[in-house]
Amino acid sequence: MNIDQLTIVKAKEGLKKKEFSSLELVEGYFKNIKKKNSQLNAFITLCEKEALLEAKKADKLISEGVKKSLLGIPMAFKDNFLTRGIKTTAASKVLQNYIPVYDATVVDKLKKAGVIILGKTNMDAWAHGSSGEASDFGLTRNPYDRNKVPGGSSSGSATAVASRMALAATGTDTGGSIRQPASFCNVVGLKPTYGRVSRYGIIAMASSLDAIGHLTKTVADSALLLGITAGQDKFDATTSPSPVGDYLKNIKKSVKNIKIGVPKEYFREGLEQNVKSKIKAALKEFEKLGVKVEEVSLPHTEYALAVYYIIQPAEVSSNLARYDGIRYGLGRKMFAGEAKRRIMLGTFTLSSGYWEAYYLKAMQVRTLIKQDFDKVFKKVDALITPVSPTLPFKIGEKTADPLKMYLSDIYTVTANLAGIPGISIPAGFVNNLPVGMQILGPHFSEDLLFRLAYHYEQQTGLYKKKPV
Amino acid sequence: MKSSKLTEKNIKHLSKLAGLKLTKAELSKFPKQLSEILTYVESLNKLDTKKIEPTAQVTGLENITREDKSGKSLTADEVLSNAKKKDKNFFVTKAILEK
Repeated sequence: MNIDQLTIVKAKEGLKKKEFSSLELVEGYFKNIKKKNSQLNAFITLCEKEALLEAKKADKLISEGVKKSLLGIPMAFKDNFLTRGIKTTAASKVLQNYIPVYDATVVDKLKKAGVIILGKTNMDAWAHGSSGEASDFGLTRNPYDRNKVPGGSSSGSATAVASRMALAATGTDTGGSIRQPASFCNVVGLKPTYGRVSRYGIIAMASSLDAIGHLTKTVADSALLLGITAGQDKFDATTSPSPVGDYLKNIKKSVKNIKIGVPKEYFREGLEQNVKSKIKAALKEFEKLGVKVEEVSLPHTEYALAVYYIIQPAEVSSNLARYDGIRYGLGRKMFAGEAKRRIMLGTFTLSSGYWEAYYLKAMQVRTLIKQDFDKVFKKVDALITPVSPTLPFKIGEKTADPLKMYLSDIYTVTANLAGIPGISIPAGFVNNLPVGMQILGPHFSEDLLFRLAYHYEQQTGLYKKKPV
Repeated sequence: MKSSKLTEKNIKHLSKLAGLKLTKAELSKFPKQLSEILTYVESLNKLDTKKIEPTAQVTGLENITREDKSGKSLTADEVLSNAKKKDKNFFVTKAILEK
């Protein structure tokens, strides 16, 4: 068993052919965790004893011929997914002792499919951040360069998958929190369509933007997981009744003559030259696959970040109002700086006399941004853009200037505002640091995104590269 | 208050509304930081949106209901398991109304 090159698809095969047991798999991951986590700090909670026990149970079931799609597969969960009986903190001291009494729908579905929980991953507290530095339990480091950030807010999930401390990990994406860390850590990050995956039991950040996804080493693994997590949930009324596709099965279908748009507004000032050239090179690879590439325009792009930084803090302030320290949690005195900043901003923009000028205005411009995408998807099937305007940046570089940090999300927030799906996949390296590329599509086009991403991934093989 | 110039006084008032206690450092940093963010988001004022409908949700689902039927739920012990203070099957809170 070679953990370095293992994917969920390969691990399933290995378990089926009895090349290794689930116990060996779980032990292998804890061996890596013990070697690397003290320096990278990707986990807040580890569940070694329970995971080993679950692995033995899984091996027994496998030997009895029980078939479940992910039986004995170990995964990590971002610490804002409620896990029954396992401490869940959202990386905030407000919840440092919180033990959920139920599972999030996604956790429940993955457990029923046979997944074993290795532990809970670190993140920017409440998912507020683009660097992983805003955790109340210490920052996470980028496995490719420990002086750099891994991106955020799903910082621990990206680091854990990239450094082979987990086979895959869950994430949440409100403005780029899955895609940006995936791009900083050379892994695949999926933000599904709004309402494709249930938000029930996941600690809410901004309810009209939150999307539930995952970080994996390969596109096939991402497709496999979405097939399990997607679907309507009676506990989340925003989940869609539209049928869940067989994403993995369709992944190899040709992408010839598919039309990709390259929105010119995503390649302007502010985009680092070396990131830009990687994306341009990736577009050439797509052309080799028979994909048609053309320039398009999304004219309201420049307003997206402003819309996002009104709507998101407003919804944050309202979602975090429930933390009164009475039913659970330690109360409002435990909130740290970034949560306070966002609660204050939201409280201001929602206050009497300002609501129309800020929140209503932002919701109107949100309509324009959504219409941009509606129009462009009449011309092209999907879009390709950078994920982040910069390479992974230095730890501490942006913490003193919140606005500078917020600008990290400039290419990712649009998908959340429009509710469309996006996938971030490895597009190469500059100075040994990963660069990611984003593929966006219309609502419920995950199937197409996986196909495009898969063909590019197979052509380049970038997923095989790992941190030294 | 003019939005892009949030003063320390405004910040104190907002923190009271939000139930937050700010540190001294936050009290001195927040007026400038939040004002800068507000100035940035005010770029939206360049757009005329008089005739534009607001978007609050994006996938167009409407009137999602489920059957009004009781089902399995958490026990009182489970619900109270994370409470700091409880008394039998009640959460204990500070008095809101004084006699």
